Amino acid sequence: MTFADTEIAPPEPPRYVMFWRRYKRNRAALLGLVLFVLVVLMALTAGIIDPGDPLRRAGEPLTPPFMNWDTPLGTDQLGRDVLSGVFYGARISLLIGVVATLVAIVIGVVIGALAGYFGGWVDDVLMRITEAFQTIPNFVLLLTLVAIMGSKIEWITLAIGIVSWTAPARMVRAEFMSLRNREFVDAARNLGVSNTSIIFREILPNALPPIVVYASVIMALSILMESALAFLALGDPNYASWGNMIGQGRAVLRSAPYCAVIPGIAIILTVLSFSLLGEGLNDALNPRQKK
Amino acid sequence: MTQTPPPVLDLCKLEISLPKGADRPYALEGLDLTINAGEIVCLVGESGSGKSLCAGAIMGLLPEPHVRVTGGAIRFMGEELRGKSDAEMRKLRGADISMIFQEPMTALNPQKTVGWQIDEVLRLHTKMTKAERKARALEMLERVHIPEPSSAYNAYPHQISGGQRQRVMIAMSLVLSPKLIIADEPTTALDVTTQLQILKLIRELQEEEGAGVLFITHDFGVVAEIADKVAVLCRGELVESGTTDAVLNRPQHPYTRALIGAVPALTPPPVKAASDAPVVLQGTGLKKTFAARGGLLSGKRKAVTAVKDLTFELRQGETLGVVGESGSGKTTVSRIVTRLLECDHGSVELDGTDLLAATPKELRALRQHIQMVFQDPMASLNPRKRVVDLIAQGPIVHGADPKKAREDAKRLLELVELSPAAANRFPHEFSGGQRQRIGIARALAMEPKVIVADEPVSALDVSVQAQVLKLLADLRDRLNLSLLFVTHDLRVAAQLCDRIIVMQKGEIVESGLTAEVFANPQHPYTQNLLSSIPGRDWTPPSLHTDAA
Repeated sequence: MTFADTEIAPPEPPRYVMFWRRYKRNRAALLGLVLFVLVVLMALTAGIIDPGDPLRRAGEPLTPPFMNWDTPLGTDQLGRDVLSGVFYGARISLLIGVVATLVAIVIGVVIGALAGYFGGWVDDVLMRITEAFQTIPNFVLLLTLVAIMGSKIEWITLAIGIVSWTAPARMVRAEFMSLRNREFVDAARNLGVSNTSIIFREILPNALPPIVVYASVIMALSILMESALAFLALGDPNYASWGNMIGQGRAVLRSAPYCAVIPGIAIILTVLSFSLLGEGLNDALNPRQKK
Repeated sequence: MTQTPPPVLDLCKLEISLPKGADRPYALEGLDLTINAGEIVCLVGESGSGKSLCAGAIMGLLPEPHVRVTGGAIRFMGEELRGKSDAEMRKLRGADISMIFQEPMTALNPQKTVGWQIDEVLRLHTKMTKAERKARALEMLERVHIPEPSSAYNAYPHQISGGQRQRVMIAMSLVLSPKLIIADEPTTALDVTTQLQILKLIRELQEEEGAGVLFITHDFGVVAEIADKVAVLCRGELVESGTTDAVLNRPQHPYTRALIGAVPALTPPPVKAASDAPVVLQGTGLKKTFAARGGLLSGKRKAVTAVKDLTFELRQGETLGVVGESGSGKTTVSRIVTRLLECDHGSVELDGTDLLAATPKELRALRQHIQMVFQDPMASLNPRKRVVDLIAQGPIVHGADPKKAREDAKRLLELVELSPAAANRFPHEFSGGQRQRIGIARALAMEPKVIVADEPVSALDVSVQAQVLKLLADLRDRLNLSLLFVTHDLRVAAQLCDRIIVMQKGEIVESGLTAEVFANPQHPYTQNLLSSIPGRDWTPPSLHTDAA
């Protein structure tokens, strides 16, 4: 009988295999994944389904769905094809979701990481700035920014990112505050690793899982915010976005409800897919939280 | 035929199953154990041996349905406990069977006063009036020797010391005079001097009450101190049981022999010839206070002095032990000399260069020469990095060729007796001792002159601890390293250190050659520390085992 401590256990399967195993345990998350893939497919195939401008006149105005197979989901009051609007809208919504989330997460991570890692007056200054942003209601700030910058799609995306960074910043700060006292950070300092390297290469990868999960929430919120802007006729009129379609469909809500309902369903399913996706990611990335 | 009373607790072929995917199908297999009234039975085993689950099974507190009792019998006073309803078990728990937990801070409710919590036990299980309950609670607090029971009655758990909290836990568990007390590592979180007092207290109260005690521990010193009978668990199997004397001094089973052989003896290493090796690390007049940051309106709180006026020197190839209880400032010392913590006063000279006065750039270069091995092998390795990158990180930061550094890392793994196949794994795939080996390899990768080890073995099981200590001593001699070894465990210090300094409240109270300090302690604090080592009168028999 030997008690040598040096025999190592058999290797675990690679990380992505473990990740997928944990992820697929959650049925709802699988549904979220399927919906997400559908939205992505819609965005990718928009040009194949309907080559040409989705904002052109495609048929008789206000054709109800399933009446004319050139425009299977009907047309709006200007004769634009609802189906191709929904497909092209997926592009805009995803684009805004991804870019705005990236903007929010990058700002949030930098500010949260600096505040959490250094503490002291750095933390005080950065957190007061964060609080200043938090005291203004998100949407009011967004309206102000769009009013100042104009409603070009780039500015809208940037503005959505700017109003969404506070929550991730606070989360990253909390993660950093607990991680910076861990011994592995001291170990890295003791090896002479620089502060920048410690922040981004030692601590950040460990703080990432909750941020990734939260990113899915921001993505859903960004899409909703863009739709809300478009509904208030502050969206970029040069693109077929779901919000624009609902905003214009509002005028004919009683006579042709499908003009607003169909893009509405698209928004609901997309947002739902993101939040289910986030839940599945949470299960897969933070397995200990649940047990 | 005379009627002998049934034993307090009789476990018969107890079997607890683990969920699928665990390292073994059963946490406990066929455990037989008998505890008579007035007896203390120690259940000894390393982490993962199933000893705590045994306690859970008796109390009916297993995390069912994943882990549950699948066979055998649990008889309490001759009565079968398996199959009892929740309500019946609730009545038994606290009243007839009580439990003392390891960590009194988490076992007590921080929101309620000590008195309220003792009162609750009485309120739930007895029909006493309020005044009677209070009198009884105060009486119990007195019996566990808490100074000023009436003020402790109104105190919140955070307002009293760790030792006193454990006394309160004991008072709570004994207030109803239970017939069986289960103590799950009750002294592991305490300092040695407090530990001895608590052990004495448990013994004293148990004799007064005539209760049976199931005492769960991993520490053979504690066993020698308190047990009447001993049962040794190895991966869920009872490998040996018998009287304390028989098991400790004449162990039969190879596992028990290996465990006992791994307990460090209290005999210090032979004195090396008066060392005239050059001094590599010298601390002079070190002082550190922690200023507590006040709130906006509350003003400044009182500053705490962690280290005051500390002076020491460490010679080449020597091991200097820094010994003390929690709060003595020994960990602060290890952080100051590696400059992980800025010091208020004093200097630390490494080969003649003052580390504390170095500019950030100089400091980064100096760090090569002084490396650290940390306490918690779980926390000190970045969980998202592969072992090879962890070890090679230091040299790469200091300008080594990454490819060569990784090659060297694999060689270092062999040096700490791990297979080079470990290089591409992540830290969580290793056991505690293996991780500590990786930590040592990381420190060695920088080819340092001095290694500061902060409680490097206190998180490890005793058999693993012995192996890691042996490795450290080995490497020290082979590579002519100097070691600053911080520990609370005097047994470990006796094994490894040539000289020790004993710290109390941030000050050195005694220093000298380990052998001399152990044989003839001068300061009352050192004397107290040494006489509190559990099982100090028991010298582990020298056994020939086939284990390393």
